[in-house]
Amino acid sequence: MSTAQSFMPTGTVYGTLLNFQGEMDAWAPQMSQAPYKAAPRAPVLYVKTANTWSANGTGIALPATTRQAEVGATIGVLIGPAALAEYARAATISIANYVLMNDLSIPHASFFRPPVKYKCVDGFLGVGSHLMSAELAGDPARFKLEVHINGELRQRIDFAHLVRSANQLLADVSDFMMLQAGDILMLGCDAGRPLAQAGDRIDIHAPGLPAFGTLSNTLLSPTSPNAPTGVAAA
Amino acid sequence: MKHARVAYAGAIHQAIAHEDMLQLADGRVVAQDAVVWLPPLQPTPRPRTILALGLNYADHAKELAFKAPDEPLVFIKGESTLIGHRALTRRPPDVQFMHYECELTVVIGQTARNVKRDDAYDFVAGYTVANDYAIRDYLENWYRPNLRVKNRDTCTPIGPWLVDAADVPDPMNLALQTTVNGRVTQSGNTRDMIFDVPFLIEYFSSFMTLQPGDLILTGTPDGVVDCQPGDVVITNIEGIGTLINTIESWPVAAPTVSLKGQA
Repeated sequence: MSTAQSFMPTGTVYGTLLNFQGEMDAWAPQMSQAPYKAAPRAPVLYVKTANTWSANGTGIALPATTRQAEVGATIGVLIGPAALAEYARAATISIANYVLMNDLSIPHASFFRPPVKYKCVDGFLGVGSHLMSAELAGDPARFKLEVHINGELRQRIDFAHLVRSANQLLADVSDFMMLQAGDILMLGCDAGRPLAQAGDRIDIHAPGLPAFGTLSNTLLSPTSPNAPTGVAAA
Repeated sequence: MKHARVAYAGAIHQAIAHEDMLQLADGRVVAQDAVVWLPPLQPTPRPRTILALGLNYADHAKELAFKAPDEPLVFIKGESTLIGHRALTRRPPDVQFMHYECELTVVIGQTARNVKRDDAYDFVAGYTVANDYAIRDYLENWYRPNLRVKNRDTCTPIGPWLVDAADVPDPMNLALQTTVNGRVTQSGNTRDMIFDVPFLIEYFSSFMTLQPGDLILTGTPDGVVDCQPGDVVITNIEGIGTLINTIESWPVAAPTVSLKGQA
């Protein structure tokens, strides 16, 4: 795999909710109550559709319906070709690379219904430009991220605190859908996700792992002259 | 015109309906049962966005004991859940309730952003039939309906045809019908949708830009029943097509067993 400066996914990008222990703990008191009634059993997934993908370094326009976006710094697992084995019941999926992601959302208080209108907004997924090879990366449990907004440290994330490790998550997802080469599965966003607004520059990097590079995106107001054509028309 | 995408004689072909046959792009005319039917969709440069509606017919919402929603209940499917006409859909062995959902499916024809309702049909390339299977045993109340219910491999048959929008003068007045082993189990009409096709295009394009080849599965009326391995499920929409699917048990027997002829 190259480390091209303009990486964009070629497959479907899946996100994972509630895969950090801190996020689980924060939600635990509500889990037994309506409408949830129980803690989730299977991985809670969502899709970041292709219209959300924003390259590293680009501006992301907020829609006119919100003043703030929640910053979901995470790492995406880029799926490699399936490994087929004779007489095995199913192929084994492989991790090709890891990549930084900024999974933006319009803040929402309920996780009951699919979050399409909060998460599939045009431009709402910053995509890192550096692919970190699985060989180089080692165990994803050692990944750490820092989120800076306008240069100020706003969040630290430690992937040692995943509810499902990367391998466990892949196994549990593969139980009901075969991830394809080129698909990306994001490992989750921890609690304490910072909010950002128009004009804010968001930088995500992995201390000690410079091969990830830095993912930088700046939020734009819907009426900004720099906003992508048409987005301002709402 | 009715368009298909098929595998025939070792290659993938665009095809059109030709009486009760298929005409391939190279002119050959072949029997419909001589091909493998693929989803009737051209490949897209980026993964297509597949939007699917829940509870979009008042009767089905009532059937599932929900009040009709105030705004579209929408979820997203990955492209890998799609399979073609006359394919097999897998039912896990440990489930109690797996049901079909016959859905009119809109195929977007041009980039759609902030489209107004009155212009919405200009952005439609055509229509097809999808069967949006659900396995209710796996329902959880987190981003419901969750992907384990709705995004399973083989569980979204689609086709057989992409019918040009010009050939569908009123998509909001089409009869839908599903049969299981020849018995009618579901019948309805697209006129009973809560959120109709123009509304949906306006609504989605207000926050997400749709691209050619993106899909909107518009939901299903009432009349869903459990389907067992071996059942032949036929979803039909008037003027759009008749989509045939067969349920198989899954996981299939381990290969070592099937080698002994016991599959």
